[in-house]
Amino acid sequence: MVKLILRDKEYEVRPGMTLMDALKKNNILPEEVLCTRAGELIAEDEIVKDGDVIKLIAVISGG
Amino acid sequence: MKCRACGQKAVVNMRQHKLALCKDHFLEWIPEQTERFIEKYEMFTRSDKILVGVSGGKDSLSLWDILHRLGYMADGLYICLGIDEGIGYSSESQRLAEKFAVERNLKLHVVDIQKEYGSTVPEFSSKSHRGRLKSCSVCGLVKRHVMNRVTRDLGYDVILTGHNLDDEVAVLFGNTLSWAGEYLLRQGPVLPGVPGLARKAKPLFRIYEREMLAYALLSGIEYIYDECPYSVGSTSIYYKQLLNRLENDRPGAKQSFYLSFLEARKSGLFAERELIQAELHSCTSCGQPTSAQGLCSFCRMVAT
Repeated sequence: MVKLILRDKEYEVRPGMTLMDALKKNNILPEEVLCTRAGELIAEDEIVKDGDVIKLIAVISGG
Repeated sequence: MKCRACGQKAVVNMRQHKLALCKDHFLEWIPEQTERFIEKYEMFTRSDKILVGVSGGKDSLSLWDILHRLGYMADGLYICLGIDEGIGYSSESQRLAEKFAVERNLKLHVVDIQKEYGSTVPEFSSKSHRGRLKSCSVCGLVKRHVMNRVTRDLGYDVILTGHNLDDEVAVLFGNTLSWAGEYLLRQGPVLPGVPGLARKAKPLFRIYEREMLAYALLSGIEYIYDECPYSVGSTSIYYKQLLNRLENDRPGAKQSFYLSFLEARKSGLFAERELIQAELHSCTSCGQPTSAQGLCSFCRMVAT
């Protein structure tokens, strides 16, 4: 499985889909996050692989 | 997805521009765009003495970084608002702003609200007529006052803020929902200086918040990730979320909304010319301009 982490929430998706589809499947707007894997920024057309841990960085900041 | 410039793997895709770039070309593109907008909107020149309001967040630190890379001489101003809420929000923000300045050998002015005016922003908020629930408006008032004061006292030509396109569009959306004509007239990337009020500019106003985050991450800028505890559930964040839904369906919608507003205002859609010039008085305490006679809003709050 593939794990997506956004702040204190975790989501799981099946490998083989694009990041864009993984975000949409979990109702996360691609406009509101950037995706990183092992500390590197990755684009939304990337195919997620089994065991991937994708850390999502929230775009919106208040203050 | 390939970088349009070099064909290598892209890391940022900007659907509104139909443009994907690799790390290196994105880190070149953002400063190029910023400089283009500084010149296009005649914000300031290389001979100006520039002050940047820095909060420790991604946008203002990235702006300072971009100006530094472009060769502008810009100092920073950090305003310690005294927001703690159990997470040391202000102290951590200050640490990050100071770290950024030290690492790049840049000059940072620090103004501590509690030391200079006797109360923190949450304290001012809870005892003012604006009430605790309106901490954001008290915070805005404090920041506008202090930025203006320091800019003028220290002889800077312009004060810059890190407002990005999403910030500006959220404000525009709120003002449009209530047809706040006076605010719509004042909103813009450059506010010219007038007697008592320093010139203000927002060099990032054409750049999406998502791109600014990408710039901060790819540049390795350490910024405060936590939201201000008082901004959680705020209207501006709610508007940003709504606008991002629109953007998701129609890439470029946010940019188009803002740029068409600027065009409409330029063509005189919102008011007769003579209404634009509101009469200003000098505050009897601090001397800064105020719309009413007597004390300005800031000095009234401090005197409470």
